[in-house]
Amino acid sequence: MGKTGLDGVLKAVKKVRGGVKVAHHKNTAETEVVRLPVPQKVTIPMQQHIGAPCEPLVKVGDKVAVGQLIGDTDKFVSAPIHASVSGVVTAVGDVKLPNGVMSKAVTIESDGEMRLWEGIEPPKVETREDFVKAVRASGLVGLGGAGFPTHIKLNFPPDKNIDTLVINAAECEPYITVDYRECIENSWDILSGVYTIKDMLGIKNVIIAAEDNKPEAFKVLKNIADHKDDIKDEVKLMVLESKYPQGAEKMMVQSATGRKVPPGKLPADVGCVVMNVASAAFIARYLKTGKPLVSRSLTVDGSAIANPKNVRVPVGTNIGDIIDFCGGFSAEPCKILTGGPMMGLAIVGTELPVLKQNNAILAFAKDDAVLKPEKDCIRCGRCASACPMSLMPTNIVRAAKARDVEALKKIGVNVCMECGSCAFACPAGKPLVQHMRLAKAILREEGNK
Amino acid sequence: MVDGKKLVVSASPHLRSSATTTRIMLDVIIALMPALAASIAIFGPRVLAVTATTVITAVLSEFLARKAMKRHNTIGDLSAVVTGVILAFNLPVDIPLWMAAVGSVVAIVVVKQFFGGIGQNFANPAIAARIILLISFAKAMGSWTAPLSWRTDAVSTATPLANITAGNMEALPSLTEMFIGLRGGCLGETCAAALILGGLYLFIRKVISPAIPLSFIGTVAVVMLIAGKGDFEYVAYQLMGGGLLLGAFFMATDYSTSPINTKGRIIFGIGCGLLTSLIRLFGSLPEGVSFAILIMNLLVPLIEMATTPKPFGTPKKEKTAKEGAQK
Repeated sequence: MGKTGLDGVLKAVKKVRGGVKVAHHKNTAETEVVRLPVPQKVTIPMQQHIGAPCEPLVKVGDKVAVGQLIGDTDKFVSAPIHASVSGVVTAVGDVKLPNGVMSKAVTIESDGEMRLWEGIEPPKVETREDFVKAVRASGLVGLGGAGFPTHIKLNFPPDKNIDTLVINAAECEPYITVDYRECIENSWDILSGVYTIKDMLGIKNVIIAAEDNKPEAFKVLKNIADHKDDIKDEVKLMVLESKYPQGAEKMMVQSATGRKVPPGKLPADVGCVVMNVASAAFIARYLKTGKPLVSRSLTVDGSAIANPKNVRVPVGTNIGDIIDFCGGFSAEPCKILTGGPMMGLAIVGTELPVLKQNNAILAFAKDDAVLKPEKDCIRCGRCASACPMSLMPTNIVRAAKARDVEALKKIGVNVCMECGSCAFACPAGKPLVQHMRLAKAILREEGNK
Repeated sequence: MVDGKKLVVSASPHLRSSATTTRIMLDVIIALMPALAASIAIFGPRVLAVTATTVITAVLSEFLARKAMKRHNTIGDLSAVVTGVILAFNLPVDIPLWMAAVGSVVAIVVVKQFFGGIGQNFANPAIAARIILLISFAKAMGSWTAPLSWRTDAVSTATPLANITAGNMEALPSLTEMFIGLRGGCLGETCAAALILGGLYLFIRKVISPAIPLSFIGTVAVVMLIAGKGDFEYVAYQLMGGGLLLGAFFMATDYSTSPINTKGRIIFGIGCGLLTSLIRLFGSLPEGVSFAILIMNLLVPLIEMATTPKPFGTPKKEKTAKEGAQK
């Protein structure tokens, strides 16, 4: 370890079970994030988070500026939506999101000026309540991909005894390098974010964890962990084995503390808060400037992309515009994804807006898009050994086919996080994640009866 | 803009490992090759005739059975080839070829396809077929040809385990001869060196986990050490005699008919080892590997039920507080 400068870096407290070795394809790791030229038009959906959708607060013809609130709701689990370009609202209507769900959306025609809204000012944060309120107002959702509103994660009741903040820089999905770039390019924001969250929420220990395939990131993160403000050495760096799905929330908690999050529970139930590294950096920037979440970094890569890049784009930018910026297609695209190849979503076309939680756009030519044909299960057990949640996918498939609700409940299919390790490992090419979703749908249906 | 109709929209994950059923079966075939080569050297070219008969009949049976049942063709997965080779390894070299062919038909059609084909059969096809042949053609299945005698005049011999059962210790081959396979027995089971080599290849390729072979062989070793009152030479004969190595590495590890979890696999292996030892020590047959594996095959669903792990993070109940403390 001495050679790589990783002295004093912690190892995982408890190694994660299962998982799969996936080729990393971190082709864009050394590609600095560039800004997308201001798009002519953005379509900003009112549903960019897990929870209740926002209601549009603007109407056609309104002039808006960057950072202006254009959608909000008084529902608890939600995050407000802000204009990402300055210009005129040209439509308030319905759009189809990448996952096929319809959502209300505000379309803004850009004036090209990217004028900041005059109401933007750094929030006054003195107490914990102020802090949580500020995070909500920033519109932040988990930037790692899930899109869970961050203020809810931070607003844990005091009786939860949260003692560990885990900063997730694992980025275990292949291709994606935006979190890595965040570490390299914005380490001061991460530093400031980590210490602010720690102080504001009174969390004693911080563990910043990344996979061992990012030595450069460790050099930077080490400066944060060794910072002179950390008198009692409560901020520590942890190196994780490069293994998918190392960065999943429950896996992060287990690696960092050895604790297991029980089925149906959250990290807070075992005293942990897990936050994506880019989310922590964003909080620092927001507290400094008051500029809400109106843009995000994306890795644009895959065998059909001419010039793979890391790009910073306004939320709501048309995916097609971003691909054009990256030189368009170098081969006929056969599959286009938002997110990584293990958990990402295959989309039906490029006329779709980028959401806050998207971290990649990947386009693949035919050879990489067509998967091996489905054959008969040979009961080899590779799915069960790959499952980080100790499930037996073969049993779930059988129970789901028989619509055996009792068996599905007993098997505990709802702890499946659809990481895809089972389907990746399967030599028979079974679409196992699809089966898991079907099994969960059967349980949901039963619950609704 | 991209025309949506041309895009593939499928469920995640969008990456798959390079493992395929065919590649796995090919690895098993590769792992069986050293033993096949050794067998040809030990028992002569007739080994090839027997193996070719079982393999060709197995593949043909699979093809015709699938066709008759109007199911998709599966001979491309090579599993029928594996069954054919393993069945041949379980036969005496001088078995009439038509009997060998009958064995293949039984293995593929009755034991495998009648229950739904690959991954669905509850008994190992080669083992079930061997047992049916053993019962149907007891004489042909029990005539052993002496090693290397094919060069001159074929001489019959007894297997080492039969000699041990009969107390005929001076007739036993040396341990070196046992290791390289110069002894009487089924044509593919005698060369311990080649079988271990094949087993190691399967471990390295991660086709099989060591759980079953090690617990199986280990259990036989422990029981025989006790039965032989600490005589290590006796244990060595027991481990290299009969079909233990062939069974432990290539037959007990059959995916369809063994448990999926490591805990289950260890229980399965220990069960195979205990039954093998009991049959060898107390049964009327000198050899018990096939029957042991077959009986354990039938217990797989029960073992699986008992060893299915709890989903990640399931709180331990008070009843199992003891187990929890150990962990």
